[in-house]
Amino acid sequence: MEKKANPDRSQAPRILDAVEFDLQLKPYQLFTLDNGIPVYSVQAGAQDVMMVELVFKAGNWYENSNIVAATTNFMLKNGTHTRTAFEVNEHFDFYGAYLNRNCYNETATLTLHTLSRHLPELLPVMAELLTDCIFPEEELQIYRQNQKQRLEVNLKKCDFISNRLIDEYLYGFDHPYGRYTSISDYEKLRRDDLVEFYRNYYLNGNCMIFVAGRFPETVFGQLNKQFGTLPLRQHIAERTHAIEPAASHKYRVVNDASGVQGAIRIARPFPGRHHPDFAGVQVLNNIFGGFFGSRLMSNIREDKGYTYGIHSYIQNHLHESAWMISTEAGRDVCEATVQEVYKEMDRLRTEPVTSEELHLVRNYMMGSLLGDLDGPFQIIARWKSYLLNGLDETYFFNSLQTVRTITPERLQELAQKYLDPAAFYELIVV
Amino acid sequence: MAVVNVMYNVGARDEDPAQTGFAHLFEHLMFGGSKNIPDYDEPLQRAGGENNAYTTNDLTNYYCALPAENIETAFWLESDRMLGLAFSKKSLEVQRKVVVEEFKEHYINKPYGDVWHEMRKLAYTRHPYRWMTIGKELSHIENANIQDVKNFFYRFYRPANAILSVSGKVDTEQVRQLAEKWFGPIPAGEPYHRELPQEPPQTAARLLEIKADVPVDAFIRTWHMESRLNKGYYVADLITEILGGGGSSRLYQSLVKEKQLFSNLDCYHFGSMEAGLVVVEGRLVKGVTMQRADAALTEELEKMKSAEVSAAELEKVRNKTESVIAFEDMSIMSRAASLALYELMGDANLMNTELDKYREVTTADMLEYSRRIFDVNNSNTIYYYAKQQES
Repeated sequence: MEKKANPDRSQAPRILDAVEFDLQLKPYQLFTLDNGIPVYSVQAGAQDVMMVELVFKAGNWYENSNIVAATTNFMLKNGTHTRTAFEVNEHFDFYGAYLNRNCYNETATLTLHTLSRHLPELLPVMAELLTDCIFPEEELQIYRQNQKQRLEVNLKKCDFISNRLIDEYLYGFDHPYGRYTSISDYEKLRRDDLVEFYRNYYLNGNCMIFVAGRFPETVFGQLNKQFGTLPLRQHIAERTHAIEPAASHKYRVVNDASGVQGAIRIARPFPGRHHPDFAGVQVLNNIFGGFFGSRLMSNIREDKGYTYGIHSYIQNHLHESAWMISTEAGRDVCEATVQEVYKEMDRLRTEPVTSEELHLVRNYMMGSLLGDLDGPFQIIARWKSYLLNGLDETYFFNSLQTVRTITPERLQELAQKYLDPAAFYELIVV
Repeated sequence: MAVVNVMYNVGARDEDPAQTGFAHLFEHLMFGGSKNIPDYDEPLQRAGGENNAYTTNDLTNYYCALPAENIETAFWLESDRMLGLAFSKKSLEVQRKVVVEEFKEHYINKPYGDVWHEMRKLAYTRHPYRWMTIGKELSHIENANIQDVKNFFYRFYRPANAILSVSGKVDTEQVRQLAEKWFGPIPAGEPYHRELPQEPPQTAARLLEIKADVPVDAFIRTWHMESRLNKGYYVADLITEILGGGGSSRLYQSLVKEKQLFSNLDCYHFGSMEAGLVVVEGRLVKGVTMQRADAALTEELEKMKSAEVSAAELEKVRNKTESVIAFEDMSIMSRAASLALYELMGDANLMNTELDKYREVTTADMLEYSRRIFDVNNSNTIYYYAKQQES
């Protein structure tokens, strides 16, 4: 037999440039329930599993007092006239299904993941939770007590404190993006507030349904039967909230005098996804701090060893947003870390990105997108994000086009426009 | 997409007790350049790929996810670092600092951050599960030198001690050819024979009390269980599911909801290859004494030891297991890792028969193993008290 020769390891194998990939976003199917509620679905995947997600406009954007939205969402599983909280949990647990609820700024969700064959047993109970939730006082009391303790523990963590404060500086405490919870908010929670919020934003709320996985076509009939007769609405009165950014830009906070690390947050306001600069800024952000090979990571972790990780990103908001740099660094190197962040901003403003670096980032972003489109839950998540933002597939293709074609000059222009240290809030919490 | 996964048969359990945290530090150094390739990440990112790695007490795993068309890039990168590292001093210096920051972020600068260091020390007197993958102390990481790095590499990072698995949109024949081409010429090296000190059976309950600057008291108890391929492993997995899996689990319902003694409570097990631990941990509701919480937990466990679980409860946790496996199998990353993991345990095909092992568990088994596991003399407890705040 022929002896195996060593291949030439000095040369990288030929690659297909990811920018050449013909990336496609698998379209959704739209089905409309009798009450007009849209069901967006993606049929894909090799396992007989699926998810059904109900998305309500029931985030803290719509609440009149603090944490009513989050508490209402949490307590969806805590009892109806015919089932106790335990029985609700037992029902979903018995079928090996997961029923999760999450509350965000604008939206709140109820999400089911299950083996597809169990769906007929589960949907009716989901519908029950959306029509007959009773918010038992005792359940609320347990929730209040346990959440207060959880908050007390979190308040010891510098990263938790820094996330709250930086949002407050950016948006103001009275804005839903800037508001946070204190122990006394739990004391003030009243059952009646939850009942009213539930009535307005779930029972008679605005709802969209997302379905993905490998499921039988009978699903749509089942959804229509369970949710098609509910008094859900396709539109609800929109609200606006004024932003009141902080006047001062630099903050140093001591939360734990003996702490060995500091949490650093550096952020500036940034218009949302609809702004024409958004797609280009996404590319710039990747170069700056958006992935493992980014400049912040290469400099501050891989060269200096100040931190385990440093990242930058555009906050995922439906309205106004912010460009954020976030890290935890050794206490004695926090100030040096902040200075390095500004140095990297300065480099992006003053020197054009080399074509080699840009080529790498383009390919990385395309490959990463390809990975993000792998699997039904990933595809529907992308559609959900687009639909909630009022976008469609042209946005997808335009973003791809930007990744493929943006020039070093344009990136430098964007850096000069946005990466101006004077526009950033700067915070260190130790 | 495709995933190329390389699993090395070395974890924190294989470390010298005087040099803990090394397997994990080493994982960081695997990204510091290899014989022919100065930068690992850059060519992979250029090929549209991403990678990561993790170290456990049992093993170290590296994976690249990249467009299937560019799969050869992953073979080139992974084989070159198996062939030999660059052993750069700068990389060692920087990664020591990075790992020290990782240590601080997760285990020092966090309330209750030391609890697992203490629990491992309490529950294991001899076996190297005595320490966490991050290491016993910062100095072990700070003192690592380049010779240690070289020795570790040539002892453990040889083909004879590695498993390659590939998943995704790939052709088996092409994978075979690429594997031969890139990995075939690397000298196999000596297989590593693991001879670790074994933990003697525990004969008396152990208790440690800690007082620290935390807001609320915490409770944690562990019991020794069987190793990964034994029947007792599968039984223990289902027992922890009945006790702690989800909102309808016994401990959550009884101790958090009905008696309101704990503000949160988890029951799970290590999932380790060698004999691991079953864990119950939670934080106490303010005003509840440790003794009262402990007694109520013991009462629940006595129920597990005195009567069989119901048929419906067993069916529930079986359904859950089936569902967990189906969801895991959706991701090509998790499939590649599972293939390698089962092969490391002796046979990749175990991946296909795992569910049957769970189906064979009976309610009588659960009773028997509950009695064995939840024996007071097999238990290790930490009472983690909040220091009284000075006003």
